Amino acid sequence: MLKKEMTCIVCPIGCQLEVTVKSNGELEYVVTGNKCKRGIDYAINEITNPTRVLTSTVKIKNALLKRLPVRTNGAIPKVKIFECMKIINNVEVKSPIKCGEVIIKNILETGIDLVASRSM
Amino acid sequence: MLKYDIIVIGGGPAGLAAAIEAKKNGVDSILVIERDRELGGILQQCIHNGFGLHIFKEELTGPEYAERFIEELKKLNIDYMLDTMVLDITEDRYVSAVNTDKGFMTMKAEAVILAMGCRERTRGAISIPGFRPAGVFTAGTAQRFINMEGYMVGKEVVILGSGDIGLIMARRLALEGAKVKVVAEIMPFSGGLNRNIVQCLDDFGIPLLLSHTVIDIKGKDRVEGVTIAKVDENLRPIPGTEIDYSCDTLLLSVGLIPENELSKKAGIKLDSATGGPIVNESMETNVPGVFACGNVVHVHDLVDYVTEESRRAGKNAARFIKKEMAEDCKIIETVPGNGITYIVPQVIRTENLQDTLDMFMRVNNVYNNSKLVIKADGETVKTINKRHLAPGEMERIKIDLNSIKNKAISKISVEIEKEGV
Ligand SMILES: Cc1cc2nc3c(=O)[nH]c(=O)nc-3n(C[C@H](O)[C@H](O)[C@H](O)COP(=O)(O)OP(=O)(O)OC[C@H]3O[C@@H](n4cnc5c(N)ncnc54)[C@H](O)[C@@H]3O)c2cc1C
Ligand code: SF4
Repeated sequence: MLKKEMTCIVCPIGCQLEVTVKSNGELEYVVTGNKCKRGIDYAINEITNPTRVLTSTVKIKNALLKRLPVRTNGAIPKVKIFECMKIINNVEVKSPIKCGEVIIKNILETGIDLVASRSM
Repeated sequence: MLKYDIIVIGGGPAGLAAAIEAKKNGVDSILVIERDRELGGILQQCIHNGFGLHIFKEELTGPEYAERFIEELKKLNIDYMLDTMVLDITEDRYVSAVNTDKGFMTMKAEAVILAMGCRERTRGAISIPGFRPAGVFTAGTAQRFINMEGYMVGKEVVILGSGDIGLIMARRLALEGAKVKVVAEIMPFSGGLNRNIVQCLDDFGIPLLLSHTVIDIKGKDRVEGVTIAKVDENLRPIPGTEIDYSCDTLLLSVGLIPENELSKKAGIKLDSATGGPIVNESMETNVPGVFACGNVVHVHDLVDYVTEESRRAGKNAARFIKKEMAEDCKIIETVPGNGITYIVPQVIRTENLQDTLDMFMRVNNVYNNSKLVIKADGETVKTINKRHLAPGEMERIKIDLNSIKNKAISKISVEIEKEGV
């Protein structure tokens, strides 16, 4: 049996949730501390497949600034974030770039692209 | 001398939205003056997502949000000057500014919109003892260094203050490979959003110490460490609770102050609770024809509310130019009651409102299961149930104009009532 505590972020109340994972053949998730149903979905998702939008910068040449802000155009698995950062930190682009332009396609096979988040 | 109908001071989201809205309301000669090298204000350094949920129904990053407004401004052919610093404004709306291209210039405006934003409290404003070693940054300065200049501020970091900018920077530094050792918060609650505590601290295993503060900074040339202590209910450090952390960088995220040096010169009255100009329902200050919006009025946590408020300022500046504003009216004051820190606007003239009265406010503590009670001269006109109220989350309430119009009211108050009382 595995227990995990977390704060629900679906609404500003921020319930303190506790998720118990039971495995009697099949995995079963028991969530407590939630004031509404949305907390249960959030907790199970956070345990089984937490995802995040990643934002960072890449080096840019011949531009107004030294860094171009970038983002993933969807959420990627949380566990891949640092691996993505390694790739991002080795990228260098050249001005001009349009906001939304793909910088890295299908980053780490996530099906998600890394795109420029401003024009420069 | 250059003459404009409206001069907007500051090209952040507030200035952009106000200028665009004034143009859409029929004013043609508008100038936006920005001291930075580009438009967009502080948003250009806020590269994380979470902007625009209310207005665009999607989570944009700061630069993406700014770009939408900059594009619109350009499409509408609104004039702007970059790298230009406004030095002075007068009560009769002469604006003096300087840039390297044209030197010193004075311009005349029929209406002025103040949109200078805010600045960060610095170490001086919170007085931590010790030498002045390198490695102490405000969180916003560090944000600009990392996100725009590509300059990493340090390897081992302690952050003082758990407002959103501090939390966002904790994640940013962790992503870039720094070891963020701890975030210390002097209050017993964080001023930041839950979402940021989870996604910026918990995700990276960064501890948050509530009711703790930095009492000493070690190191002479470069920061070598800090001492953190627990504080009592009067926010005084408790002897014996000191812990030393070694670090090369200390980030301060200890609050924002509206930027009002210029406003004071023009004889504009400030509210001591907000640090910004006292404004009326039209976002006009006590000096006729001078409007204000965005962080220069009160510090916002959601840029959507900045945009909304600034559109109101732009629209009303246009009405002022077109002489559509009712001037000599009876005044209603807004009064922050029990549990409320401030209310914006501070002054209301119902003649200038349509349908609803919008009020922004902050509470002074965390309250669960309570009510916001709005009273007109002591009589309750509206009650709003609130499951959660916190100082870090600005509240916006709307009241139906019919409940206050044409009644001889002199004060509207808002207070918190705890459930069961
Ligand atoms: C460091 C920092 C980080 C922030 N991070 C977030 C965040 O992550 N999320 C969020 O929702 N909100 C954040 N905020 C709040 C954010 O500031 C507001 O949401 C919004 O940007 C306020 O818009 P504004 O136009 O009022 O101010 P600003 O964006 O600050 O714009 C004011 C502009 O006026 C210009 N100006 C000032 N004085 C003069 C002068 N004398 N002459 C000419 N130009 C002048 C400035 O250069 C600036 O461009 C942050 C604020 C700060 C200070
Ligand atoms: S469980 Fe429901 S009430 Fe509690 S924080 Fe999550 S969404 Fe809000």
